[in-house]
Amino acid sequence: MGTLLKVEDVFGGYTKEAVLKRVSFEISQGEFLGIIGPNGSGKSTLLRLMTRVLLPQKGKILFENKDITKIKLKELCRKIAFVPQDTLINFSFSVEEIVLMGRIPHLKRLQLETQKDFLIAQKSLSSTDILHLNDKKIDQLSAGERQRVIIAKALAQEPILLLLDEPTSHLDIGHQIQILDLLKKLNQEENLTVIIVLHDLNLASEYCDRLILLNEGKVFKDGTPLDVLTYQNIEAVYRTIVVVNKNPFSSKPYVVLVSKERCPQNYS
Amino acid sequence: MNQGRKILLLSIILLASVFLGISKGSINIPFLELFSKEYQPILYLRIARVLLGILVGAGLGVCGVVLQAILRNPLAEPYLLGTSSGAGLGAVCAIILGISGTSLPFVAFIGALLSIILVYVLAREGNKIPVQSLILSGVMVGIAFSGIIVFLVSISSNPAMHGMMWWLLGSLQIYELKILFMVAGIVILGIILIFIFAQDLNAISIGEEEAIHLGIEIEKIKKTLFLITSLITGALVSVSGVIGFVGLIVPHMVRLIVGPNHRILIPATCLSAASFLVLSDTLSRSLFPPLEIPIGVITALIGVPIFIILLKRKQKVK
Repeated sequence: MGTLLKVEDVFGGYTKEAVLKRVSFEISQGEFLGIIGPNGSGKSTLLRLMTRVLLPQKGKILFENKDITKIKLKELCRKIAFVPQDTLINFSFSVEEIVLMGRIPHLKRLQLETQKDFLIAQKSLSSTDILHLNDKKIDQLSAGERQRVIIAKALAQEPILLLLDEPTSHLDIGHQIQILDLLKKLNQEENLTVIIVLHDLNLASEYCDRLILLNEGKVFKDGTPLDVLTYQNIEAVYRTIVVVNKNPFSSKPYVVLVSKERCPQNYS
Repeated sequence: MNQGRKILLLSIILLASVFLGISKGSINIPFLELFSKEYQPILYLRIARVLLGILVGAGLGVCGVVLQAILRNPLAEPYLLGTSSGAGLGAVCAIILGISGTSLPFVAFIGALLSIILVYVLAREGNKIPVQSLILSGVMVGIAFSGIIVFLVSISSNPAMHGMMWWLLGSLQIYELKILFMVAGIVILGIILIFIFAQDLNAISIGEEEAIHLGIEIEKIKKTLFLITSLITGALVSVSGVIGFVGLIVPHMVRLIVGPNHRILIPATCLSAASFLVLSDTLSRSLFPPLEIPIGVITALIGVPIFIILLKRKQKVK
């Protein structure tokens, strides 16, 4: 399995002052990579750089060994898809119309969708388990259903790399697990490479094969959940007291929070 | 009802409006007698007016659709954004300077483009353009430009200019057939070009970043569409003056009927806005004959209540 994406000494941000400062890592095909870190550590900025919404101020991002700023945007979007935190859609498009928009990178302007495009849209809907919502209007759906539609749209792009920015932060735990189980399935069955930003450290630990912990725009730690989610790392980055246990079913690290009231004096 | 039938129904409504527009007017003539030799000039005049009404309606309606999508603002349209007044000022300046004839639409286009850039810059706060401040800047620029038009017309030594106040409220009176043909060419071409971007407009109306993730070069497309809408608005204003609210009322009504998909929204808006303008013009000619009420007064009387409803609904969502 070759390297799919390579981030090389990247600086980037919205203003002159870079949010990300010299970030480097590589990701191979088929990986399930989680990006974690406190608010403002540069997680979303990093995703925006990888999808070319932002351009790096310094450094390079290579996708399939090509500088992504030199790949045509439309061509890039046939291979990389993105799912945001939450999509507020003011216009009442039908679910089918939204999912078919995922075919835009594959179609010429004015070219109507063919049978093949409709089949791909149907397949995306069925792999996200929402085939029954096909004719519903997007503004009538619950947050969990809407997020599935947005994932289905991303899958209709037929990407080999899927990027997600906290896709479950507005959902209850039941829906969170459903979405992450779905991503895991796509990762294992269709060899879809996944890069996901997560706030919940335990979800990250449970689902990701590898974690990158960002702090103040730099990679603080890069490794397996076991390497990254130690109480020393978490306390250093998040400045809060935690205890790291083991999940009794998966043996993955499990982070337990400790409130200030309960923590021993010498800690604070 | 499926989308094809809805389009058919809207086409029938347009045909009926055209029939009404030709048969009614400041003088009552039985419909069949209109075709006699005696009334031929009147018939031609009415047909030309109806055609201009179709053109102005379709053009302004589609401009409204596009501006609402790319600015992600339900209140955007050429009049409320000050684009129409900018075009009007351009045209009036051109006439005073002695530029007229077929170059008039292009001078109006420059006026439209400059005013849309001005409004955009005024309304921008950092990287965002808040809904209310865009409309506020648009209305302010519109009022300022209308004021300048009134000023220029009143001080003009050219007595012909004194009849030019119709720029401010619009009229479908036809004064030069050559310009009409050219404007028709510009508007039809513009609408076709806009239709090519229908699927891009769908993606942009979900969100700008979403559109980028679908491979759409959003900045380029936005600029192109601003240019096309300014060109259409400029061309239309140079023949019909400033007619407000068409681009606001019609797209909203049509969205309720056919939904937000631009592939169908654009043609459906063309048909409905054309009917709307032909009917408004018929009213303007036949309500108080032989006087003509400016068509902009009629569209404003219908448009303002709808504007208020939309604004209230927007506030509730917030």
